[in-house]
Amino acid sequence: MGAQLRIYRRRMRSVKATKKITKAMELISASRIVKAQQRVTASTPYANELTRAVSAVASFSSTNHPLTTAHENPRRAAILIISADRGMAGAYSTNAINEGEKLAALLRERGLQVSNFLVGRKAVNYYKFRNREMAGTWTGFSDNPTYENAKEVATALLSAFLADSTDSKTGVDEIHIIFTQFRSMLTQEATAKRMIPLEVVESSAPVSSALLPMYEFEPNAAEVLNALLPRYIEARIFNAMLQSAASEHAARRRAMKSATDNAEDLIKSLTRLANAARQAEITQEISEIVGGADALASASAGSE
Amino acid sequence: MALNVALVSPTQQVWSGEATFVSARTTEGDLGVLPGHAPLFGVLVDGAVSIKGTDGSTQEFQVRGGFLSVSNDRVSILTESVG
Repeated sequence: MGAQLRIYRRRMRSVKATKKITKAMELISASRIVKAQQRVTASTPYANELTRAVSAVASFSSTNHPLTTAHENPRRAAILIISADRGMAGAYSTNAINEGEKLAALLRERGLQVSNFLVGRKAVNYYKFRNREMAGTWTGFSDNPTYENAKEVATALLSAFLADSTDSKTGVDEIHIIFTQFRSMLTQEATAKRMIPLEVVESSAPVSSALLPMYEFEPNAAEVLNALLPRYIEARIFNAMLQSAASEHAARRRAMKSATDNAEDLIKSLTRLANAARQAEITQEISEIVGGADALASASAGSE
Repeated sequence: MALNVALVSPTQQVWSGEATFVSARTTEGDLGVLPGHAPLFGVLVDGAVSIKGTDGSTQEFQVRGGFLSVSNDRVSILTESVG
C-alpha cells in the first residue's frame, strides 16, 4: 500500500472515531433538552403565582421596601452570569459572557463599579484567565440545576445587596442577571435583566389583566414583602438557571450535530481522495509492468 | 361555589383542583378559607395544609414555610418544599 493511501486511511479512521463521539453527544443532549424543558414548564406555576403575589403586594402597599426602591446614588452593581460547565456547546457560554461584558461596560458608563457573580466553569475560567475579581462563583450544576443551587446563589446575592455599599467593598445597590433564554429548540438568546431593584411588571409571566384585588395582609404588608421578595429572587434565579440549562443542551445538540455533519463531509472527501490515490497506484503499477515488459521485449529483440 | 386551589412548589405543581375548604397555619395562627373569603395574603409557617376537595376527601400536606393567597375564590399556596 502506498504511503499516500495509508495516510488517507489513517485520517479517515480518526475522523470516524470523532464522529462517533459527537454523534453520541448529540443524542444525549437531544434527550436531555426534553427533560430540561419539562423542568422549565414545571417551575412556571410557582414563578407565575409568585410574580402575581409580588405585583399585588408591591402595588397595594405603600411600604418602601429596599428591594423595590431604586437606590438614590448607586455605587456598585452585581452581575450574575449563568454559563455552562462544559464546552462543546458552540457559542453558548461565549454569548452569555459577551452579554455580561456589554452590560458591565454600560454600568461603568453610569459610574458604577461592577462585582461579578459567576455560575458555570466557563465563565469562571474566562474571568480567572483575565485575573479579574470575582465576588462569587458556583460550578458543577449548570446542566441540571436544583432549587437548592438557586437558593445558594440568591442568598449570596441578597446578602451582598443588604450590605452597605458605601463603606464595604462587597455591598451592591443593583443586581443584574444574565442568562440564556430558551425561546425554542432553534433559538436561544443571551439576555440581561435587572433583578433588583425589582421591575415588578414581568413580561414573561402572563399576569392576568384583571384588576388585582385589595389584599388583606397577614401579618402586615411589610412583613409579607420581607418574606416574599427573597423567595421571588430565588424563583427568578431558579427559572433563569433552568432556562439556561435547556439552552445549553440545545446549543450543545446543535454544535454536535454540525460537528457530526462536518465529520461526514470530511469522511466523504477523504474516501474520494483515498480512492483516487489507490487508482493512481494501480495505474502506476500497470504502466510499470507494461514498461518493464516492453523493455524486456525490446532487449531480447535487440540481442537476436 | 367552590374554591379553585393550587398548591405549587418551585419544581412542580403539587396539587390543584376544586375544594370546599382549605386550612393552613400562618404566622398569626391557624386560618381556614371557605368560598367567598375576602382577598388575603398570608405568610405560612411550617405545618400542615389541609384541603377538603369537592368530592369530600381531605388531603394533607406538610409544608415548609410559604405563602397563601386568596382572591376571588382562587387559593394559591406557594411553598418551598412539601413533605
